[in-house]
Parts: sequence; structure tokens; C-alpha cells
Amino acid sequence: MNRTAYIRFELLRTVRNRRYFILALAFPIVLYFLIAGPNKSQNDLGGSGLSAPLYYMVGLAAFGAMNAMLSIGGRIATERTTGWNRQLRVTPLSARDYFRAKIITAYMTALAALGLLYIAGTALGVRLTGGEWLSMTGLILVGLIPFGALAVLLGHLLTADAIGPAMGGLVAVLAVLGGVWFPVTSGALYDIARVLPSYWLVQASHVALGGKGWGATGWFVVAAWSVVLTLLAGRAYRRDTGRV
Amino acid sequence: MIAPAGLELRGLVKTYRTGEREVRAVRGIDVSVRAGETVALLGPNGAGKSTTIDMMLGLTRPDDGTIAVLGGTPDAAVAAGRVGVMLQTGGLIRDLTVRELVSMMAALYPRPLEVDRVLELAEINDIGDRRTQKLSGGQTQRVRFAVALIGDPDLLVLDEPTVGMDVESRQAFWTTMRDFAARGRTVLFATHYLDEADAYADRAVLMARGSVVADGPPTEIKAMVGTRTIRATLPDVDVAELERLPGVTSAELRGESVVLVCSDSDLTIRALLERFPTARDLEIAGAGLEEAFLRLTADETEEAA
Repeated sequence: MNRTAYIRFELLRTVRNRRYFILALAFPIVLYFLIAGPNKSQNDLGGSGLSAPLYYMVGLAAFGAMNAMLSIGGRIATERTTGWNRQLRVTPLSARDYFRAKIITAYMTALAALGLLYIAGTALGVRLTGGEWLSMTGLILVGLIPFGALAVLLGHLLTADAIGPAMGGLVAVLAVLGGVWFPVTSGALYDIARVLPSYWLVQASHVALGGKGWGATGWFVVAAWSVVLTLLAGRAYRRDTGRV
Repeated sequence: MIAPAGLELRGLVKTYRTGEREVRAVRGIDVSVRAGETVALLGPNGAGKSTTIDMMLGLTRPDDGTIAVLGGTPDAAVAAGRVGVMLQTGGLIRDLTVRELVSMMAALYPRPLEVDRVLELAEINDIGDRRTQKLSGGQTQRVRFAVALIGDPDLLVLDEPTVGMDVESRQAFWTTMRDFAARGRTVLFATHYLDEADAYADRAVLMARGSVVADGPPTEIKAMVGTRTIRATLPDVDVAELERLPGVTSAELRGESVVLVCSDSDLTIRALLERFPTARDLEIAGAGLEEAFLRLTADETEEAA
């Protein structure tokens, strides 16, 4: 089979999907200019030690990338509901290749969201070294793994009708607690935030403070969510399709 | 190289559990299809046709029994890209043109047919550039047929393929299917139209309530279930005399009307009018498959009730 051609069409479908464009690409860019624009000269946003343009650049890139990853869940739920999933199961496409195509598509679109925000950030004066750009991007890409697994899990648990609102609510909560809109630095919110994967996505911007990035806690939280959600996603898939 | 073999189902059983209720969808059926044969799986809704098809494709695991598809397991045949399938229900994914969708599916098979050729076969080359979400029901069916053909399968499985098609599309569909089968491919299609089985299959397997009730040439099956009913207003007539008319299986009086169940209604109606020129308000109705099955399996129904 020709995997490249198959993935190319998956990508084409995504690019043509309006909902994806709005949530993953247009919305974060517009919000970025609205929020970070007026605070352009603020050098220490809410005690984070980071400038407003840098903080929100990563915050909204994380938001867009999160939406891009989770949108696979909607795609899987729709394909299940319409019966397309069954059609694919009677072709030589293996389950592994099916998910690989979905995840690769999600990562490509997440990268597009990151790229756009990086350009916008640069326009508002964000300056980082090449190494910092790279390690920050690396952390975000690793931090997106739990979201890919979560999308597959929800895609197999929920119907096409239910998944839209569920995802919307989930992203809103994860974004607030993760610090997309304002830094979460103390109190009960902080305690909750530190065990959420979205918090660590936004924390990727801390590479600008001397390259430490996540630290042990961050790696542990992201790894734990990745493992647990991947196991749950695998179980949901097998239950849903009756495959062992 | 696996030798070309057809389809072999032995003692298949499938029971679904929904809450407290048990639905015995398939109750131990044996079906075999030789390579190159076109076989109709005929039966009313709820006969177990779709469950049987799901099992032979590996979409559902049987509780009991064995399945051999093209000489191996269903999963192996599917993974090798040797099976083309049109399932009963199922929409298309959106945001692609018809040509793109068929090309996307072609990418999954080891030896696909040429996309343009398949669009032509399924008579959708005129809508190749249209988005899949903007198709009519009949067009969607034809695209799904193209998807079933694209892998150049040795076995084609079609579950109620003409549902939602207009008469013209139906004709074109079956012509394409015949051409495909003529190239030595094995075809199994499920239908609840006796006429489709009669016109396009070499053999028909008749299913009712999860069991195979008949298996033979379509003409034989047609003779079994293809009865018609003649109704007419004809007062003061002797039932015994009606029963003696050629082609009549049973006769009944209902007030001024007579109801004749016939195995050959053409013969009966000529004789009826010749003998009783006063007969009027004539109506001829073909018995639906459901009705025919109810008659065929009447004893079993009473037992179950």
C-alpha cells in the first residue's frame, strides 16, 4: 500500500475542513494580537518572568496545537458514526496505519499552528536563539502526545454529536488551568494545573529563562498522562471494534 | 500463491445480547460459494444476511462455526486486499472530491485498478470533481461501488447494493456487476428483491430468521416463494371449482370476493376469465418475500409462539 498517498489525502481533507481552520489556526492568531498586542512592552507577565508577547505566543500556540490534536477525536467519532470506519476495516489498512495517518496529520496541522504563532510572535518582538526555538518546539511536540491519545480515546467513546461540545468544554478548562490566558503561579489552581498536560505545554516557553524547560515534574506528568491515556485509548478501540 | 477458492461457511452461529434479550441473529448456517460463482443471499429484513456478511468479512466474530474466505481466514483475505466490499449502511467521508476519495482508497491496495477506469465502470466519471458531501443518495451508492471495485478484488461482497438507487442506476449497476463477475470473480450479494436474485445470480441462498431455508437455482427459489394472489369480485361461485383452475394453490371466498393464491398467475387469470366471464375488479399482487417466508416457515413460527 502507498502510505504517503493515503496520508496526503488525509491532510488535504483536514486543510479543507473549516472548523479546523478556525479553531487551530485563525482563532489563536487573532486572539494573540488582541491579548499580547496591547501588552507588548510588559516584560514580566504576572510574575512568570517572561514577556507578554513570548508568554502568549506559546500559550496560544499550545491552544491551537491542542485543538489540532484533539480534532482527530472528532474525525474518528464521525467516521465511526457514518460507518466509514467499517468500510476501512474491510480494506488492507491496518489499525496501526489508520492511527498513524491520523496522528501524523494532527502533528502536521499542529506544526502549522505553531509556525503561524511563531511568526506572529516575532512580529511583536519575540527574540529567541535558534536553540531555544528548537527546544521549545521539541517540548511542545512531546507535550502533545497525551492529547493525541485523548483524542483517540474520546473518538471511540463518544458519538459524532456529543464529541463537539465535550471537546469544546474540555479545551476551555484545560486552557484556563494550563495558563493559556494568564499565568497560573500560586494557590489551589496552581496545584491542579501542575498535574495537567496542558500546563506543561504552556510551560515550554520557560526555555527562554535559561534552558531548563520542564524539569523532572514536567517530564513525569507528561509521561504519566501519555501512558495512561494510550492504554485507555487502546482499550476503547478494542472494545469498540471487537478486535483483540 | 493461494489457490483461488470461494467461500466456505460451516455451522455459523451468532447471538447478540441487548440487555436481557437475546437475539439469535444467525442459527447455524452452512453456505458455500465456488470461485467464479455469483450467489444471492436472499431474505427479508432481519433474516441474518448482514450479520452473516459481517462475519465473513471479519467485522464480527461468530460464536461458533468456521469461515474460509478465498482459502484463508477473513482477516487474511481482507489484509491481502483480495476482497471488495459494499456494506449496507455507510456514508462517505467529506471534504474530498469523488476522484480524490477513490484515489485515497486505491492507495490502500497492493494492485489497484486505474482510478479513471473505475470511475467509468461505476458511471461516476461525470461527477469526479464533485465533493463527496454534495452527492445524491444514488450517486453515493455508485461511489461506494467504485470503492468496492478499486482494489480489483477476487471476491466482491455487496450488502443490499441497490437500496436508494433509481431504476436506471439499478440497471447500470447490475450490468457493471455482471461484467465484473464475467471476469471469473466471485460475487456474493445480499438482497431482499427476488427479482434481483433471479436476474443476476447463478444461485440463490434463501435465509429466514437466521437459518438457510433453501439453496438452489434462482428459478427454483422463485417457484417456491414467487407466488401471486389474484382477487376478483365474483358472487355465487363454488370454491372447489376455483381450486381446480390451473395454477391455483388455494382458493378462498370472502363475501362476494374470491382470493386465489397462484403459482402461475398468468395461466390462472386466462382460465378464470374464460370460465367466469362475469369476474370483475381484478387485482393481481405479488406476494412479498416476507409473506412467502412466513408461509415457508409457518410451523416453526407456531412452535416458537
